[in-house]
Amino acid sequence: MIWNKNKECMSRDELRDLQGKRLHKLVDLVYHNTPFYREKMQELDLLPDDIRTIDDIVKLPFTTKADLRDNYPMGLVAAPMTEIVRIHASSGTTGNPTIVGYTYRDLEIWKEVTARALTAYGVTRGDIVSVGYGYGLFTGGLGAHYGVEHLGATVLPTSTGNTEKHIRLLRDLGVTGLACTPSYALYLAEALNKQGLTGADLKLRIGAFGAEPWTENMRREIEERLGIQAYNIYGLSEIMGPGVAYECGCKNGSHIAEDHFYPEIINPETGEVLPLGQEGELVLTTLTKTGMPLLRYRTKDLTTLMPGTCDCGRTSVRFTRILGRSDDMLIIRGINVFPSQVEAVILEIPEIAPCYMLVVDRKNNLDTLEVQVELRPDSFSDDMGSMLALKRKLSDRLKSVLSISAEVKLVEPNSLPRSEGKSTRVIDKRVLA
Amino acid sequence: MTIKQLSVFLENKSGRINEVTKVLGENGINMQAFSMAETTDFGILRLIVSDVDKAVEVLRAKNFAVVLTDVVCICCPNVAGALSKILEKLAAHQIFIEYMYAFAQGDQANIVIRPSNLEECVRLLAEEDCHILDRKQLQ
Repeated sequence: MIWNKNKECMSRDELRDLQGKRLHKLVDLVYHNTPFYREKMQELDLLPDDIRTIDDIVKLPFTTKADLRDNYPMGLVAAPMTEIVRIHASSGTTGNPTIVGYTYRDLEIWKEVTARALTAYGVTRGDIVSVGYGYGLFTGGLGAHYGVEHLGATVLPTSTGNTEKHIRLLRDLGVTGLACTPSYALYLAEALNKQGLTGADLKLRIGAFGAEPWTENMRREIEERLGIQAYNIYGLSEIMGPGVAYECGCKNGSHIAEDHFYPEIINPETGEVLPLGQEGELVLTTLTKTGMPLLRYRTKDLTTLMPGTCDCGRTSVRFTRILGRSDDMLIIRGINVFPSQVEAVILEIPEIAPCYMLVVDRKNNLDTLEVQVELRPDSFSDDMGSMLALKRKLSDRLKSVLSISAEVKLVEPNSLPRSEGKSTRVIDKRVLA
Repeated sequence: MTIKQLSVFLENKSGRINEVTKVLGENGINMQAFSMAETTDFGILRLIVSDVDKAVEVLRAKNFAVVLTDVVCICCPNVAGALSKILEKLAAHQIFIEYMYAFAQGDQANIVIRPSNLEECVRLLAEEDCHILDRKQLQ
């Protein structure tokens, strides 16, 4: 099923024409309303009228997460505060979170693209969809929520946390759709089995999974254990949230809602735009957003764009699975974590040496984060209570900065590797094969 | 009449205690008593050794986090009720025992106590005619 045949199945020529017109309007908007972009364009000697067609996009500057940080909190917002109706926040690379402001119109677009995604998975009116993404500053919960409502299906705003209650409601209400992280779906399957139940005891038939990388093997396992069809949903808060791209029944790449988000693939080292079909970093331009529109935002997600019309009839371009990241961001339980955030917390605590190791693992289908830190020799105390208090201080601080809990492990002075390079600071034991 | 106890921070991984005992042994430092307090990921090894200053020096050179703590070492008869009598006295005077460890052999028992109020503890023990060990007696 297709929610918006007009847009999702548009001819490529028509689409490019529409994208060009929208880009021109967008550039005009940011040039006049975002000093950051005006300055960048002036540096490049560019005026809004220099951007006429979608091919002109290569003339425009990139936007990075660092730009969002440097303009914290609302420097990149193009609309006046009287037009901003919602704010979301995600992890920044350092202490500052990334703030995104949405206009009412942005939320309308978001609902639209999420409804497209859900329809592509086969969700219709009459379905009950449990949204097990976190509700709050994270875009996952509210993003999926409004999409389900907009479609006309029934939303069950389960959020994260109480798995026992979740299972009970899935059973008692005959819930047919599930939106959550793929690892939570597996955790749920595990919890079902512990209660002596299987997917056959539920009416679930469709799953919309995203916010973290997953694999074909995980898809097979989720589908078998829950007895459902599992689909990928892609999004990032800087651009919108879930719904930026979505799989269809063909499960062969995620379709980008191209009339709203223009994709490019670049060489992450040089910034050069790569020909269709080559692997590189996904760059997205928000063609229609008015709250915090972004030009050529570097997602740091590595993927490949797939040419050609899909068997489902959609003409919008697809990307393959996300193959990795071109930065050191980790996605843990669906939450973005940057090693630099951990570093910032450690620097605040004088009893700890400025040296750490992050160990990410997946135990019982749930991601775990262990933060190993070195005790400073002169901070060692014979009093066990004060040592445990130090551990707690660090884990409380990490929890408030990262939004996920981390297991702190105090290790002996000088025991962590000292070599440079980000790879040595992170051990990711999760096997995504 | 207090004794300097050596505390060493140790990660919970195999071979770490051995590493400490090896370093001490190689430097001719004898251990008279020790105990291990542990949590899930680290522990505090507490030791009474023959040459505490040298022990600190050689362990620090090997990157161990070490700290010295004053404790009281007493010797009491190795008979039922002997320790209880002492502890009763301390409790009656609100002396809180943070930790203690002991070893009994023959007709004697040696006990290491880390009390909340060191001076008061020593005074009370002396009042009780308790045998408080000094460094020399520990050799």
